[in-house]
Amino acid sequence: MCETTQTIRLKNHRNLRSQILNRDEDLRDLFAPFLPLTYRSRDKVKPRVVMDFQVVVLAGGTSKKLAPLVSKDIPKSLLPVANRPVLSYVLDLLEQSNLKDLIVVVEGEDTDCLVENWISEAYVDRLHVQVASVGEEGGTAGALRAIARHLIASDILVVSGDLICDISPGAVAAAHRRHDAIVTATLCSVPVSGPPESGSSSGKDKTKKPARHNIVGLDPTEQFLLYIAAGSDVEKDIKVEKSILRAVGKMEIHADLMDAHLYAFKRSVLQQVLDQKQSFKSLKQDVLPYLVKSQLRSEILLSEEKAEENGNEDSCNSNNDKVMLSQLLANASTPSFHEIYALGPNGFAPVERKTHKCCVYIASKTKYCARLNSIQAYSDINRDVIGDASHLSGCSFSMHNNVIHPSAVLGLKTTVGPHCMLGEGSQMGDKCSVKRSVIGRHCRIGSNVKVVNSVIMNHVSIGDGCSIQGSVISSNVQLQERVVLKDCQIGAGFVVTAGSEYKGEPLARK
Amino acid sequence: MLLSRVSFESSEDVEDEHVVESSILAVVKNKPTETMGAKKGGKTVDDVEDILHVPLKAILLADSFDTKFCPITLERPKVLLPIVNTPMIDYTLAWLESANVVEVLVVCCSHSKQIVDYLDKSKWVNRPEFSVTTIESHYCTSAGEALRLIYQNNLINGDFILISGDTVSNMVLTEALEEHKQRRQKDSKAVMTMVIKQSKPSQITRQTRLGTDALFIAIDSSTKQLLYYNDSLKRSLSLDKTFLAENSSVSSHNDKQDCYIDICSYEVLSLFNENFDYGHLRDLVKGVLGDEVSGCKIYTHEIHSDYAARVDNFRSYDSISKDIIQRWTYPFVPDVQFSTNHPTNRERQGIYRASEISQSCSAEIGPFTYIGKGTSIGDKTVVLNSVIGDGCKIGGGVLIDGCYIWNNVTIEDGCKLKQAILCDGVVMRSGSVLEPGVVLSSNVVVGPKIVVPAYSKVSLQPQPVEQDSDDELEYADDNSETLHTVNTVENGYSSSERELSEIGIGGRGFVWSKSEVDREEEWRHSVAPIPESKLIELTHKVFDEQDSDDESDEEPPTFEKEIEATFLRGVRKKIKEEDILLEINSLRFLYNMASENCASALFYAMMKLALDSPHNSPANLVKNANDVITRWGSLLKPYLRGIDDEIEVIMKFEEMCTENGKEFAPLFVQIMHLLYDKDIIQEEAFLNWANEKEQADESDKVFVKQSETFIQWLNEASEEED
Repeated sequence: MCETTQTIRLKNHRNLRSQILNRDEDLRDLFAPFLPLTYRSRDKVKPRVVMDFQVVVLAGGTSKKLAPLVSKDIPKSLLPVANRPVLSYVLDLLEQSNLKDLIVVVEGEDTDCLVENWISEAYVDRLHVQVASVGEEGGTAGALRAIARHLIASDILVVSGDLICDISPGAVAAAHRRHDAIVTATLCSVPVSGPPESGSSSGKDKTKKPARHNIVGLDPTEQFLLYIAAGSDVEKDIKVEKSILRAVGKMEIHADLMDAHLYAFKRSVLQQVLDQKQSFKSLKQDVLPYLVKSQLRSEILLSEEKAEENGNEDSCNSNNDKVMLSQLLANASTPSFHEIYALGPNGFAPVERKTHKCCVYIASKTKYCARLNSIQAYSDINRDVIGDASHLSGCSFSMHNNVIHPSAVLGLKTTVGPHCMLGEGSQMGDKCSVKRSVIGRHCRIGSNVKVVNSVIMNHVSIGDGCSIQGSVISSNVQLQERVVLKDCQIGAGFVVTAGSEYKGEPLARK
Repeated sequence: MLLSRVSFESSEDVEDEHVVESSILAVVKNKPTETMGAKKGGKTVDDVEDILHVPLKAILLADSFDTKFCPITLERPKVLLPIVNTPMIDYTLAWLESANVVEVLVVCCSHSKQIVDYLDKSKWVNRPEFSVTTIESHYCTSAGEALRLIYQNNLINGDFILISGDTVSNMVLTEALEEHKQRRQKDSKAVMTMVIKQSKPSQITRQTRLGTDALFIAIDSSTKQLLYYNDSLKRSLSLDKTFLAENSSVSSHNDKQDCYIDICSYEVLSLFNENFDYGHLRDLVKGVLGDEVSGCKIYTHEIHSDYAARVDNFRSYDSISKDIIQRWTYPFVPDVQFSTNHPTNRERQGIYRASEISQSCSAEIGPFTYIGKGTSIGDKTVVLNSVIGDGCKIGGGVLIDGCYIWNNVTIEDGCKLKQAILCDGVVMRSGSVLEPGVVLSSNVVVGPKIVVPAYSKVSLQPQPVEQDSDDELEYADDNSETLHTVNTVENGYSSSERELSEIGIGGRGFVWSKSEVDREEEWRHSVAPIPESKLIELTHKVFDEQDSDDESDEEPPTFEKEIEATFLRGVRKKIKEEDILLEINSLRFLYNMASENCASALFYAMMKLALDSPHNSPANLVKNANDVITRWGSLLKPYLRGIDDEIEVIMKFEEMCTENGKEFAPLFVQIMHLLYDKDIIQEEAFLNWANEKEQADESDKVFVKQSETFIQWLNEASEEED
């Protein structure tokens, strides 16, 4: 019953993407008919239940860019955003899409314990998470190489652990499956104000990295990725290969879309590329552009997977299943230019050309998407999560448009404005004022303190008469009386002596 | 302006002579006085009000300036060739009139007299609100020259439509014109609007259905500005990064066709005048896109449901004829009398019949066929998908499939014709056969039972001996040409055995021989559809090509490569330093590079030389580097004018160490030290470099860390000095 209705829907709606945007909750049903179909035979061989999507969360380590906020004790992935670790946003998002088989990859030895402890505490019974630790040199591609043997599902979803967004990973997975693509990249619109880093670059600063957004080439249906430039290539001239332009006819080149760091890969392809191209370090700058570039002269052996995994007995069985699956999928959309190209013009190619599909999932403009990859981004994201993108915070806002934990204590004439958050057990003295700021748990704040546009983490003590503006204060920091901070970042455990004034400085314990 | 003009004249002496002899005569006729009056303010084009009120003019180029329609165009200008029994120029003029154009300047070059005569007798004279002015000039051999002539005679002073006389269109121009005018109001540099239309080229033949080459263009999605235009793409389309800095999205196309209808501003003419190397109309487009200094912009207007196409070659002749018969070009279709007075009836299945046709009842006329006035068709003759002109005599048992038969053609019994063009007065004796793609020029006689092989071109004119003389023949004076014709006809009668045997007993005409290249490409521009065997062959070729051109990833010589080559040549041949510097300077201006680029490229070349010299240990490599720097270091001096230049050199070396000179990586500090010792780079540069790097990524800092002690030492040294 379920299966037939789904098939009909696939047939009727050629442009499934728009539909998916509205029906995220239906995606689970959408996959349901395929699941037993594809893996029935395989399950006999492998008693373990194989998820059809395995998720790799690249949680990173202690990014130098976020110094002094991150340290050995607080890796980047546990940095609090609106009073909960940044990693929890991604994990919650995945849970919502029913993607529960996760591998969290962290860089560095020490951090994995911290992350693992936190996850096992917070997500017990909710997610099936493995935490793996890799070296720092390999980059994102290296991280995947290191955990290759843990990857068993047919498709892998790779998510950056510092992503804060409300794009449904399920929708990305669905787009990936629907096209039988080897890679699907998620794109979102560049914020109107420009990428966060561009603001600080000034003049002739040659060592600065270019503003981190992409140049993306899409087909007219906006389903396939034809060109992508990332990193330093963004600054170079755009070179579009004529073969692909010939095959597609028209390519839209956008500079207003950026890579959201949420990818779906076909596992066999990903591993093959990682094995063959040992020099590839970054998914975004090496692997993805390589796959996009070679899509019409694919060097990837797609058939390998069947032989290697199923052995001889099962291969024909699974072949049949594959055919059925692809037939179902083929009904969903008209043949893509890849298929037309592969068959050759007018359908009489001497040998079928090898092609593979690189797809995109474009998030609608209303979706929020940001990466926590700089101090600036950290402040912005905190402000957004308690402000414009408050639905991400997971908290219910009061009628004053703020969140004050019931156990927090406010002194006399103390005001907490809209778009503020006050954590559990924090205490504030008299005549304080808090505007557009996040205050963590168990902070002790004296009287006559002003906090504007700032983030204060947990267990911070602030003396009387302090003024904090546009700053980030890490956990266990002590601010003595009458400290004035403007646009500062203070590392964990730092003590600021009474009466001192700082402006635009990072401060950390030596 | 004066300067460019002088060079223009001196570069083309021939033309100068013409001017002196005044053999060009600009015949200006039928110019209504209202137009003159309205032009009074036209001098200042920038004036917005004027642009809006100046009556619309058009320049019609009554010459295609190519030889694609040879040998027919040896006797008749291309614009007078009939397409579905109406000369092409009539389609163009009728469209211009419908588009509210008030004055058309017809530029006639080859066979100008024929065009003038034709237009004099046509209904285009004495039309209210529509004047046709002819401009004769015999010496123009390109569209560029024709436009320069118009510019120099000051015949246009406002916006105009530039069109070639072989264009068939029914597009509504108002929208495109409005867009053009609005753009002009905002930006006087928006000089031209080009009309384009969707048309995906075939994957196999790489040409459109009009037989033109596939076009690669890039357009700004929001403003529709044209950013890139190329019809011969080598490997990849390269878009300048600056395009995206200003526009958030650019669309690149391989599925558009250039309709050759341009809405131009006055500046276009002056651009043609200033750049005397612009010959072909699209030279301007490429020139403007490649020229950032002038700042001129070209925009596109895409038409969707309207029709616009240019008869470029025999294949487009075939395609456009079919489009006309199938009424895509409405109202310019045979049963609407837009230029002639022949009443034509349209019957079902797209059959058009003019009056006074005598047709045997056993003859079969297939769908999509046109039959002209006074034509007779014999018993059991079959006509399919063809156009037959006026006054033709077609015998019995003839098969005509996909042919274009012009006026007064005689086809005797039992002939078989497939996909051929037969010009006026052709005679086919009984039983002769035309294979696909044959073109018979005027008055050719094909002898009985002769089979004319596929793609043959037969004319009464002998084939010019050399390819180059084509032009001369076609553009020769009318007088000498008629002489020629007389001669050749006689030749045709009595001429060599070979011709006779090819065309048959009593046949008249020369079969034009084809060069190897032509033979290979003949299917491309023929009226006949591409044979299936050819398609299969091409498909294989396309496949092979695909692989091969992906491999040949050849980059054009870059500035750095050239500097390196220059330097190495200097080293090998022991050229004096001043001379090397001279060469480098010229390269610098050629590529428009700053001095810092020269310094870094030169230094790179030096290090490369050290690396390439034989060495067996790192110490040896340092010695090599030392030698090179000692010997050639003075070359760097002129380019190291400031700290920034020196920093550039350090960064270049850093890049080299990480990329293709990894051997240097562990020696980074030693080389830096060397540069400091030799006074090539000052300590300040090192310190600034280190400071700049402070902000950079960890991966970028490898070399800064390596040279930490060196920097420190420098720091201390400078402090001591203080």
